Amino acid sequence: MEDIIIKVKDTIAQLNEEEKLDIDFPDSYIEDLAKAYIKNDLTDDELTELIRKLKQAYDRAHVEAGEAVGTVAAQSVGEPGTQMTMRTFHYAGVTELNVTLGLPRLIEIVDARKEIATPTMDIYFDEERRNDEEFVRTLANQIGKSTINDILSDFNLNYGTMEVEAVLDNKKIEEKRLDREKINAAIEKAFKKVDINGDEIVISSSKDSKSDSKFVIRELRLLADKVRDLQISGIKGIGKVIIRRDDEWIIHTEGSNLKEILDMEGIDHVRTTTNNIHEIGEVLGIEAARQSIINEAQNTLSEQGLSVDVRHIMLVADIMTSEGVVKSIGRHGISGEKSSVLARAAFEETGKHLLRASIRGEVDDLTGIIENIIIGQPIPLGTGSVGVKMDYKNE
Amino acid sequence: MKIDIQDHMLVPKHEIMTEEEISEEFSDVDYDFKDLPKIRSEDPVVKAIGAEPGNVLRITRESQTAGVFITYRIVEG
Repeated sequence: MEDIIIKVKDTIAQLNEEEKLDIDFPDSYIEDLAKAYIKNDLTDDELTELIRKLKQAYDRAHVEAGEAVGTVAAQSVGEPGTQMTMRTFHYAGVTELNVTLGLPRLIEIVDARKEIATPTMDIYFDEERRNDEEFVRTLANQIGKSTINDILSDFNLNYGTMEVEAVLDNKKIEEKRLDREKINAAIEKAFKKVDINGDEIVISSSKDSKSDSKFVIRELRLLADKVRDLQISGIKGIGKVIIRRDDEWIIHTEGSNLKEILDMEGIDHVRTTTNNIHEIGEVLGIEAARQSIINEAQNTLSEQGLSVDVRHIMLVADIMTSEGVVKSIGRHGISGEKSSVLARAAFEETGKHLLRASIRGEVDDLTGIIENIIIGQPIPLGTGSVGVKMDYKNE
Repeated sequence: MKIDIQDHMLVPKHEIMTEEEISEEFSDVDYDFKDLPKIRSEDPVVKAIGAEPGNVLRITRESQTAGVFITYRIVEG
């Protein structure tokens, strides 16, 4: 394969030199040419002819200067968008995990929401631990949120002594692979009056028992809820975890904390990702955020059985990330930052923009599309994007 | 354990361009290289490769459509 690719490149270079064809194909084309050469057992003359034909087709497919690519992208994403379901469905394959899909998710992506409705992570493991079930389960319980309620075998409110009596279940603790001493430490840290005696834990209200007797029972019940909900393990921001095995062990999470998960031992820090684009931008940089916008938008669309050319999505992702931070399409992002007053006023909040512009004394240069449509001039687009200049030298 | 984020599959290769490379690369274009897309100086990748504000980064993406695609970003001051 390698030598065929070199051969194709040589042929192109030769054509460029002999016939001044000015061929500059992307790498994927050269690879496709090499594949076609092998598959169809082409002769050298046929290869030359193929390259010539490809050059013609490639030039035809080029976007003309002045073409309204943004409008075409908006139409190409918008039309299939009308076919999308308005409802949120469950995650394919994992019934318990709910993930936003369809139109709501697509809106979330282009709006560049800081807080997305259902953040989720896919955690992979490095090569040694990919098939180590014991390690994966231990880690899953370190990552996932567990409360006292998950490890109880008995729980009582003693109204006589005004104490909460909890009995821990050793089997459940073992199953969850939790550390007993860490649990005890967490309990002692959270409550003041604690008496830990093996599996039995007695907690009494930290307030003086002399307080108004009307509220004592209520306080005891509140304390009981607090005990049940005390978090004893887990990473901040992550709730439930689901362990799944396809070809290897994978953990899906509800909630996301990319930074801390990537720093953990045994995690594959090449493939582990989150669906929160802002988080990716912060942890992995703007280029990763761009790629993530493309992946998420394309997955959302293809999941609904819609296929949009990836170039349109790439354009959207490029615009959203061109300033170094992830910006939304719309009022608070791209459309709200146009230089033209008339263009901004035409989009949303007309009065606000016109008023502010008049206060500041803004000037509109009439260089864009929208402002020229408003005042009834030819627009700088397509054939309108070229002008005439006088050549002063040849008077 | 501190991991290298440049290993992550979402992160393309970033390189700092030298002065000669910049003048060579942007000699025949009809825009100023200062109008390139930006990247913040606090961007994790910029920190990882030690780029300074004003540097131009060459970013080699793996593209679904073009195979390999080279683009540039300027580090914002």
